[in-house]
Amino acid sequence: MIYFDKVSKVYSPTSIALEDVSFSVEPKEFVSIVGHSGAGKTTLLKMLLAEDKPTSGKVFFESINVHEASRDELPKIRRRIGSIFQDFRLLPTKTAYENIAFAMEAAGATDEDVENDVPQALELVGLVNKALHFPHELSGGEKQRVAIARAIVNHPEVILADEPTGNLDPINTKEIAELLKKINNLGTTVMLATHNHDVVNSLGRRVITLDKGKLARDDKKGRYII
Amino acid sequence: MNVQLRRAIKEGIINFWRNGLVSVAATLVMVLALFVIGSLLFSNVLLTSALSRIEEEVDISVYFKKEAAEDEILSVKSALSQLPQVKAVTYVSEDEALERFKTRHTANALITQSLDELDDNPLQASLNIRAGDTGQYEVIARFLDSSAYSKLIDKINYFQNQVVIERLSGFLAAARAVGFGATLVFSLIAMLVVFNTIRLAIYTLRDEIAVKRLVGATSRHVRAPFVVEGALYGAISAVVSIIIFYPITMWLGPASVRFFGGPNLFDYYLSNFFEIFLILFVMGVLLGVISSSVATRRYLRV
Repeated sequence: MIYFDKVSKVYSPTSIALEDVSFSVEPKEFVSIVGHSGAGKTTLLKMLLAEDKPTSGKVFFESINVHEASRDELPKIRRRIGSIFQDFRLLPTKTAYENIAFAMEAAGATDEDVENDVPQALELVGLVNKALHFPHELSGGEKQRVAIARAIVNHPEVILADEPTGNLDPINTKEIAELLKKINNLGTTVMLATHNHDVVNSLGRRVITLDKGKLARDDKKGRYII
Repeated sequence: MNVQLRRAIKEGIINFWRNGLVSVAATLVMVLALFVIGSLLFSNVLLTSALSRIEEEVDISVYFKKEAAEDEILSVKSALSQLPQVKAVTYVSEDEALERFKTRHTANALITQSLDELDDNPLQASLNIRAGDTGQYEVIARFLDSSAYSKLIDKINYFQNQVVIERLSGFLAAARAVGFGATLVFSLIAMLVVFNTIRLAIYTLRDEIAVKRLVGATSRHVRAPFVVEGALYGAISAVVSIIIFYPITMWLGPASVRFFGGPNLFDYYLSNFFEIFLILFVMGVLLGVISSSVATRRYLRV
């Protein structure tokens, strides 16, 4: 489903983010990508979203090389991938409801679908009563749950979660990890970049370890070992 | 209405409201720009009317010899009227010239008495010629001088006033060029200021644009509300500017007549209200729309 083919990202000769990384992800898999800060986890996820271009190598989403996708194709690919970020990246001038609705409208959903699906997504993340709150009126955990609702509302095939628990306390961290597990159990592929040992170890799923931009380990039922 | 368009308009209006200070700042700058453009419009009206008034003061007169018959002079007149450079030709007969002379000097007893002493009318018949452009008097004078009519002509006063007319003609051309140049430069400055303000406003939202792209919005979907917001800046600014011009032109109206000889700016404002508003509105909306489109493009590359 997802295939990284000898992907390298070199910012400068002394700053190599990724070096010759190859691996593939199957549908419905839950893959944790672990490593120290600066190991290349975020860069790797950015490559799949085509937010950043690789210096060499290719990134495939199904049979499409995402970096060769046209300007019309790229938004369509991105709608099939839901993204969650460490800093939430919610739209500050939109309410929780509007943030989620925006993703649906961007995908061309009808008004009826928006009115129907957004409350459902809010319910799934337990924030129905915060629908009309702006991001600055929400706690970190709540913001991340809005971001998750936004990521899943279009029923994407893949969820990319980049350090989603990086700014959260242990309780919220656990809740977010449970949510991601639930989303995966419903059939969505999840790629989780994190350096949280507890989350990775509690999952007991595939773990890809990056070290200084290189793929150091790829374990089927791995643990966080560095 | 198209769903996309309806959503873009709704989002644009909501963003305009929620971005509060940024919207107010951008609109204020736009008001200033439209005020400058409107002021240039009024200045041009004054300049043009003042210059054409000066231009109308310039004419040349052709004085005919006493022996020239009236029908000969009238045939010169019709020949002159055929020239494309000539705007108007007026015939002043000997008797008319005398009448005018007398009226002008009724208060001067010496002149009146001297005229009474004379048996003959000493004044000559003349043609008063007005050209479309002050630069063309020389062509007209040369035409008369070299034509078959030259033997009827005693003198053409162009040759006495040539230097003054040429200088005035140069001044008028320069004044028009300076007026046009100043309008162009100031309009351009005003537009650049607006463009940069909107660019800064959108720069503050560049992260939002990136997020919108990453959740799968097309460039058009992201850009449309910004374009609506830009159009709103323009529309609101046009309304504010046209209102501001009401007291200003009312205040400057009498002065415009005093210093430039008219037209009264306030009368001009009232009688051309819709045209002026339309110019400001179209300029404002276009400026807002173009600035927003160009400014967002840079951040849409995500």
